[in-house]
Amino acid sequence: MNHSIFQMVCFIAFAVVAVGAALAVISVKNTVHAVLALVLTFFSTACLWMLAEAEFLALALVVVYVGAVMVLFLFVVMMLDIDLEPIREGFIKYLPVGIGAAVIMLIEMLGIIGVKAFNVQAGPNPAGTSNIEWLGQALFTRFLLPFEIAAVILTVGLVAAVVLALRVRSFSKRQNPAAQSAVRAPGRVRMVKMSAVAPTKPAPARQEPQA
Amino acid sequence: MSIPLSWYIVFATVLFCISIAGIFINRKNVIVLLMCIELMLLAVNTNFVAFSRFLGNPGGQVFVFFILTVAAAESAIGLAIVVLMFRNRRTINVDEIDSLRY
Repeated sequence: MNHSIFQMVCFIAFAVVAVGAALAVISVKNTVHAVLALVLTFFSTACLWMLAEAEFLALALVVVYVGAVMVLFLFVVMMLDIDLEPIREGFIKYLPVGIGAAVIMLIEMLGIIGVKAFNVQAGPNPAGTSNIEWLGQALFTRFLLPFEIAAVILTVGLVAAVVLALRVRSFSKRQNPAAQSAVRAPGRVRMVKMSAVAPTKPAPARQEPQA
Repeated sequence: MSIPLSWYIVFATVLFCISIAGIFINRKNVIVLLMCIELMLLAVNTNFVAFSRFLGNPGGQVFVFFILTVAAAESAIGLAIVVLMFRNRRTINVDEIDSLRY
């Protein structure tokens, strides 16, 4: 019982941090600070997933999201020299609308959920001791085809990002593979007609007298 | 494990509504819009993880795995488009990107 109370306290602490950081994401002025707040949100949520005994996904969230995607966001935010004033000008104007819509949605969703109806306790962990084994057995048997498609999606994303952001500079020296593979022998070697006369032998070099 | 399911769902709902409000009040900044979409996906993923645990079904966690994959590809392409847009127009203000209208 003491153990479960500790878990509940941990849940509340991480949830409060995550919600506070999410509020910071949408309200702070500086976009870099917003990205850092989003990192904190992801980290706290990963801790909540850890409490739900989804260890692999919690670590994947930290590694993939905090380690890769958020760093990408930081790169882009710091690379672009953004003038914040015109971007912020509608903030106060839309604040009541945004808060109203969010509160109404929250009330509606909580009404649909019916908090009391879902007040169930979990049984024993179906994963046993190893969450990765449980997940991997499902992933590599029933979900093998989606797994391969996910690989294709990542490849497409990689190629698309490179193609979109690649800037071709006119002064850069680079290969043109189409021109290289289109080369034929006449483009490289020129056949010259010459008269069939043996060239005169060049005179032997005169020996320098020994000094 | 003694945390009731409703706690996870309420947490996910609150996160989702915060990101809705973020889309409303930051509707000029494309980068913050992308970040709000990431927050939404995080809320949905939390629901998936909680239900997967409480139903004892690995399908939910596998689905979260795929959502993470697609979201990573999406944000990479989205940020590439933002960089391209900034390079061509010198702005990321949504209100100024209306060339298709005329």
